[in-house]
Amino acid sequence: MNGFKRVIAVAVGVTVTSAASLLAQTTSGFEPATNIGKESLPAGPLVYTAYAIVWLVLIGYVFMLWRRLDRVEKELREVAARIGSGKRA
Amino acid sequence: MSLLRAGWIIARKDLVVEIRSRELAYTTLFFSVACVLVFAFAFVREGRALEDAAAGILWVSIAFSGTLALGRAFERERQNETLKALLLAPTERPAVYLGKLAGLLLLMMCVELVVVPVVGLLFGAPIFRAPFLLAGLLATGTLGFAGVGTLFAAMLVRAHSRDVLLPILLYPITVPVIIAGVRGTAAIFAADPNFDAALSWLSMLIFFDAVFVTLAFWTFGPVMSE
Amino acid sequence: MKTANRFVPFLMLGAAVMFARAPFMIQDAPLESTMGLIQKIFYFHVPAASATFLAAAVCGIASAMFLWRRNPAADHVAVSAAELAVVFGIIVLATGPLWARKAWGIWWQWDVRLTMTLVMWMVFVAYLLLRRFGGPGSEVLAAAVGLFGMALVPFIYISVNYWRTIHPTTNVVPSLPPEMAAPFWWSMFAFVLLFAAILIVRVRLESNRAALEDAYAALED
Repeated sequence: MNGFKRVIAVAVGVTVTSAASLLAQTTSGFEPATNIGKESLPAGPLVYTAYAIVWLVLIGYVFMLWRRLDRVEKELREVAARIGSGKRA
Repeated sequence: MSLLRAGWIIARKDLVVEIRSRELAYTTLFFSVACVLVFAFAFVREGRALEDAAAGILWVSIAFSGTLALGRAFERERQNETLKALLLAPTERPAVYLGKLAGLLLLMMCVELVVVPVVGLLFGAPIFRAPFLLAGLLATGTLGFAGVGTLFAAMLVRAHSRDVLLPILLYPITVPVIIAGVRGTAAIFAADPNFDAALSWLSMLIFFDAVFVTLAFWTFGPVMSE
Repeated sequence: MKTANRFVPFLMLGAAVMFARAPFMIQDAPLESTMGLIQKIFYFHVPAASATFLAAAVCGIASAMFLWRRNPAADHVAVSAAELAVVFGIIVLATGPLWARKAWGIWWQWDVRLTMTLVMWMVFVAYLLLRRFGGPGSEVLAAAVGLFGMALVPFIYISVNYWRTIHPTTNVVPSLPPEMAAPFWWSMFAFVLLFAAILIVRVRLESNRAALEDAYAALED
């Protein structure tokens, strides 16, 4: 279980840092939005929001799952222990 | 006893009960007309209805009154605990489904016989422009709606929150019926009617019915058994 | 299921690595000629939609198995897949309008495919509501709903090809130029890996919950 948690932590760390670095890169060097969308909406914020939503939803859900799983497995161990001690008694 | 015969007996039972009390018929009928009225107030501007409003209002009224009728029809069974008796009867389960479906279809047909002229009258909709096409749309649409609805209403009979769960479950699944029904009817009612489009929508309704009524028929047995 | 659980760390790591590389690939992909930057939402929007449909199919099949064989594992898979369909559906329904706002000028359009995707999402929300509020025995009822939800999917697919709508047709993908195809299929694969990993974890959660209920019942004896 610890190994699994470690993998998850590494995975989350990798994805978050890469997303952050992408944002840092594109805001400095990216041009086309102003050329194409001059009279209308700038596409940039929409694209960033879209990707942010994807990351947040996925990471949030995985995190929630991880917590629920932890809680249930802990309870399961407790109840199993109680049954075990009950049987012995 | 053959499936159809058993289904017919169950449908006839419902018919007899209904003819004696006329409860469902009256209430559903007047509810559908009230629906038309309420939506008319929503969609009429300066005394004239918005375009395509007639088709939309017609189908919404059918959907809403159909949901009510479904709920009431099975509520009756639940109160008298007759559903269990029906399921224990020595017929195949799907016979119960067919019987209840037939009863409901008959009821909805009576409702539509009133609502369609009402909509025609109140909105100046040309209901006689393509009567067979319109009747076909109504028939297949009602069959699709009632086909899925009968299954869901039956399976929710013993569930909690069944009153609100029925629409929650039924409406998303029958959206293709509503889309096809409204668009097809609107194509007929439009100032510049498009009968080809209406026929395409009719064919989609037939396809929907084939898939979903069959699915409901097969699923009824497993779902209703404990 | 035990063997599947062992795959999870690898699937997760694989998905994470792919997701980490994906933004760079997407950034390097050429701009689309008519839509420009906003089209880049496509690289996540379409794979998320595929994941949603995949989840719907898994839920439908598992529901059918549960309905006819009453296998509890099938029920666990069904409810997990339904939850995933809702989660990935949120991604699709949130990123779609953002794309639409720029590409078509409006947040939402009631064309058949958009509508049907929304409807399918609602079917699986209804599935979860039924399981939560329907009382005892609602697993069987929900299975019927899951089955019907899966049956709706072909209607979504057919609707785009049969009736002309504003939404891009399903034929865009085969004709993608290689510079766009690479990041697209990379993203697609990443989503599928992630979907598989999350599904297995979620199923494990569900079977643990069932085991917990059994354990409590055994405790009372």
